[in-house]
Amino acid sequence: MNAPGVPETRELSYAQAIREAMDIALAEDERVVLMGEDIGVYGGAFQVTGDLVEKYGTERVIDTPISELGGAGVAVGAALTGLRPIFEFQFSDFATLAMEQIVNQAAKLRFMLGGAVSVPVVMRFPAGSGTGAAAQHSQSLEAWLGHVPGLKVVQPSTPEDAKGLLLAALDDPDPVMIFEHKLLYKSKGRVPAGRYATPIGKAAIRREGRDMTIVATSIMVLKALEVAKTLEAEGIDAEVIDLRSIRPIDRNTVLASVRRTGRLICVYEGVKTLGIGAEISAMVAESDAFDFLESPIVRLGGAEAPIPYNPELEKAVVPQIPDILDAARRMANGQV
Amino acid sequence: MFDENTPYAVRTYAPEVLIKALQKMYLIRKFEEGAEDSYTRGLIHGTMHLSIGQEASAVGACMSLTDDDKITSTHRGHGHCVAKGADLTKMFAEFFGKETGYCKGRGGSMHIADPSKGNLGANGIVGGGLPIAVGAALSAKRLGLDDVTVCFFGDGANNEGAFHEALNMAAIWRLPVVFVCENNKYGMSTSIERSTAVKNIADRAAAYDMPGVTVNGNDFSAVAQAVDRAVTRARKGDGPSLIENLTYRWRGHSKSDRNRYRTKEEIAAWQARDPIVRMGEMLIEHGILDQNGISKIEAAAAATIEAAIAEAKASPDPHVDQATRDVYSQSGAAA
Repeated sequence: MNAPGVPETRELSYAQAIREAMDIALAEDERVVLMGEDIGVYGGAFQVTGDLVEKYGTERVIDTPISELGGAGVAVGAALTGLRPIFEFQFSDFATLAMEQIVNQAAKLRFMLGGAVSVPVVMRFPAGSGTGAAAQHSQSLEAWLGHVPGLKVVQPSTPEDAKGLLLAALDDPDPVMIFEHKLLYKSKGRVPAGRYATPIGKAAIRREGRDMTIVATSIMVLKALEVAKTLEAEGIDAEVIDLRSIRPIDRNTVLASVRRTGRLICVYEGVKTLGIGAEISAMVAESDAFDFLESPIVRLGGAEAPIPYNPELEKAVVPQIPDILDAARRMANGQV
Repeated sequence: MFDENTPYAVRTYAPEVLIKALQKMYLIRKFEEGAEDSYTRGLIHGTMHLSIGQEASAVGACMSLTDDDKITSTHRGHGHCVAKGADLTKMFAEFFGKETGYCKGRGGSMHIADPSKGNLGANGIVGGGLPIAVGAALSAKRLGLDDVTVCFFGDGANNEGAFHEALNMAAIWRLPVVFVCENNKYGMSTSIERSTAVKNIADRAAAYDMPGVTVNGNDFSAVAQAVDRAVTRARKGDGPSLIENLTYRWRGHSKSDRNRYRTKEEIAAWQARDPIVRMGEMLIEHGILDQNGISKIEAAAAATIEAAIAEAKASPDPHVDQATRDVYSQSGAAA
């Protein structure tokens, strides 16, 4: 039994949590439609939409042809004229086919038209490596879209946030891009029942610590928490920040943490160069938090290569737990 | 009484409606000339794409549309805006980069929109408006509205993937959208013969199982007839159509065009097929106006444009400290 006023929580997978958010939205708002490739009877390539088509019908859970550019554009046009579409890319890599509509239209229409319109579209991007799908089905392109003013870009790492950020995205009048790591779909966690929204643009401190700050995104948050546990046994107290949103970035939470710990490691799966870690590092370097640094900053990101097929090679090109652990130990020992 | 040789427009529309259509065509012509003149005087920053010679297509296609019906437009979109009822002063103010312009000076010539009149906007990306138009039609269908969307695009867009994806989706979902291709023979400098495998762009409708028709885009009545029929069909729930208006832009693609891909003779031949002169002749022939009445309409349009330019010029500029306003909604500002 829950105490009065405390929402009931259940153990749900990340995919179930997203489905529950879409179910709530479809039930309470006739304007909400789902669009994407094979999201109907197939249930989506990762079974995220599941059986929603049975409940809401093919008019609201719309299988699109394999037309990413056109499909994304239809979602943009529909959002412009009264619907609240949630558009699923089958793989985030396929967003490359739809960049025109995402970058030139969805992101800019409001600004270009002097604020006369809004584009309340939500796009979902199954992202990341680890599935053996090789270079065209494994990318982490969130920083691409994070570079575009007019978009908001989030990366939930827990089932609770996956649901809460999707509902927040639907409440938002601006286009929100949600990057979901494919390896997280089966991960489990406590998820509040009913409707709630996780604020966009707010990072979460997943573990408090005094010795160093690890800023991580998406699945790297889970890895960083594993690392923090190991470090604890070694007497190193790491703070883990789940960035959650890369546009906007929660500058205050990151800077306040670095001022406390004096050390910063950024961990993200996207290609290291010109990536999220560069932005976080620069943010610290340009602020008074820089004065608190007791060590050079370390960035751990994806290798300067496409994602390879061979499982060992695939693991080698994105940060793994030993890589993070090694970097943290070196930093703690002043070996950076 | 009308006979079988009476043009569709005369049979269908009341004289005052036809007179209004001619007024709009003149307004477009004078608007474009005023824009060109303003550019020459250094009042306009950037470039522009003039639709002089294409007025029958813009006005004819909007004849049966209400303010609830939507249009999407193109980089050559001034005529569509005027045809859909835009405020001329706000259009010029936008050209001049003023805070009082349609886009508050943030969009310029290629981004004028007027949602209150159903105008979802011009577009700087060739083919960019096609999927958006299909999305607007999807909204109308889902929301149970009988609104139709007319999607303007040029011959250049018919080789973009977005064209094919948009037509296919509109067809499989039987959406209320009318695709109006303004084939002015050149995508910038590249002729339709060099760029496009089919002879008529309307032939591509067959690939998407929708009606496709090619009409004389300089004949107001022919354009109105084709689009009205397609709008009626769309409103009834019978799905999309593709209409190809054969027309010609008298001016270059944009201000940088040296016209090296076409001859003076070709331009002159098309100028002799002026859609506004043709419309005037039709109205005279059917006793709706006389030459004097037409001259008055032309003079009134010129005066209206002159006044709009003067008012727009005197409007305030945006503040530079607001250069990043409206990137996000107030309630959703991002860092």
